[in-house]
Amino acid sequence: MSEAIALTADQDSLARAREEAYGAPLEALDVARPELFEQDVMWPYFERLRAEAPVHYCAESVFGPYWSVTTYDLIKEVDTSHEIFSSEPTIVIDDPDEDFDLPMFIAMDPPKHDEQRKVVSPVVGPRNLAALEPVIRQRVQTILDSLPVGETFDWVDRVSIELTTQMLATLFDFPWEERRKLTRWSDVTTANEESGIVESEEQRRAELYECLEYFTGLWHDRAGKAPGNDLISLLAHGEATRDLVNRPMEFLGNLVLLIVGGNDTTRNSLSGGVLALNLFPDQFTRLKADPGVIPNMVSEIIRWQTPLAHMRRTAKQDAVLGGQQIRAGDKVVMWYVSGNRDESMFRNADDFVIDRENARKHIAFGFGLHRCMGNRVAEMQLRIAWEEILKRFSHIEVVGEPVRVRSGFVKGYLELPVRVTAA
Amino acid sequence: MAKITFITHDGQPHVVEAANGTSVMNAAIDNLVPGIDADCGGECSCATCHVVVDDAWWDKVGGPSDREESMLDLNPEREPHSRLSCQIPVRDELDGLVVNVPEFQM
Ligand code: HEM
Ligand code: FES
Repeated sequence: MSEAIALTADQDSLARAREEAYGAPLEALDVARPELFEQDVMWPYFERLRAEAPVHYCAESVFGPYWSVTTYDLIKEVDTSHEIFSSEPTIVIDDPDEDFDLPMFIAMDPPKHDEQRKVVSPVVGPRNLAALEPVIRQRVQTILDSLPVGETFDWVDRVSIELTTQMLATLFDFPWEERRKLTRWSDVTTANEESGIVESEEQRRAELYECLEYFTGLWHDRAGKAPGNDLISLLAHGEATRDLVNRPMEFLGNLVLLIVGGNDTTRNSLSGGVLALNLFPDQFTRLKADPGVIPNMVSEIIRWQTPLAHMRRTAKQDAVLGGQQIRAGDKVVMWYVSGNRDESMFRNADDFVIDRENARKHIAFGFGLHRCMGNRVAEMQLRIAWEEILKRFSHIEVVGEPVRVRSGFVKGYLELPVRVTAA
Repeated sequence: MAKITFITHDGQPHVVEAANGTSVMNAAIDNLVPGIDADCGGECSCATCHVVVDDAWWDKVGGPSDREESMLDLNPEREPHSRLSCQIPVRDELDGLVVNVPEFQM
């Protein structure tokens, strides 16, 4: 690897961030600033919060006032106290637009959450997945076999996006040739003015209505047929969701949940794994010597990457958390990205260790009732991808600087230039 | 102290000795019984320690708490005698307990 390439924030920027993180008064820290994540310099801020103020109040930010929860145990406490910390009205730090609110079960409390989740969860359940595994493997093989060995290409576009999009298209039984629409809708959903993905909020909405229209078509098609095993068919025939199509915003909300939930997250884990193995090359050597470690490495990749940096809750009532007085109505942000680097849980937490003993205990899927519904899909995709990668390539070298997403929610990569060597 | 038999999906019995106060989940993990993931480490928050209690033992083991019920209820493969094994404390009374480990944890 050439010396000039910075795979993480360069030493100078990190040193400056560290100075700022420890130099500023505690109450002035605002870890939600998207640029911290774009530059990969949020680490010292979280380190200080974990040590000095694991439940921390930020009075002023572009997202308004919010609490940050940054240690493993306290995050778990919030995540499992859904009677106090509600997932409504939204699970991201940014408040929803009042005139464009998309209801989805990730942002609902029981009992409605449970009813809707139960209908769609079998499609990503282990039984359905075992049946899907051969199909997925074949698709992974095709993608990997098409890569230009010895040439520089973008891993994000050629592998990570393509693979997760094909997986989603399979789960939805989506018209195959049009599958990149799914990628576009996922990107559009999480876009904001700064991301450059859409020109305006109007454009964003217009594209999401297009998504709604397209899926309404698929719905009517599936509703008219015998029940199948794809997501749309399950929704169209499920007792709790049979008339969802008549509540267009809620229908759109749940579609978008599955599209985004299954897209960015796995995509960024696939890219993050390549980056991690370049940053810790001794781990790549160990991996090649013992491919049996792949399932554990998959958990370690998800811990190390933490593709969703946070989830947000809203206090329904006054509560004391970690000695701090939270008031009803306050925003409480659980920083999974910090909990997964908590040294009291993970020794040498910043290191990527493929056989880390407690890697599965990572918090990147959340905990409790809302714990990621697609966790087994994600793990399966990553496992198959790495099994097939090892059969083909002896090295995946990152040859240019990764471009990171400017967001404190989706923690990932826009570009990752690589070159692969045949095994 | 109790002897516990885990019957895995392939029909294989795994017999382990467990101390009082530990959980049935921990007894499985400590003895490398396959098929129990226990991702959350026993906090009733992941439902990947699902077992189905043998009919003859159901009355002694008892049903789930409200909190466990809400996690179990999200599992489409739940059976009438399903429990989360991290929520079953080992006690003398359960000596001889038989539980079935499902094919998949989700
Ligand atoms: C490495 C990959 C993934 C990560 C890190 C991840 C992370 C998460 C997290 C943190 C939550 C908890 C939300 C909360 O507590 O508010 C969640 C929920 C969810 N995820 Fe994932 N996810 C991943 C992959 C997937 C995939 C592949 C799918 C779909 C196929 C999916 C679908 C969902 C859904 C539907 C929920 C909502 C569950 C509920 O509210 O009950 N996720 N995910
Ligand atoms: S170990 Fe997670 S619910 Fe039992």
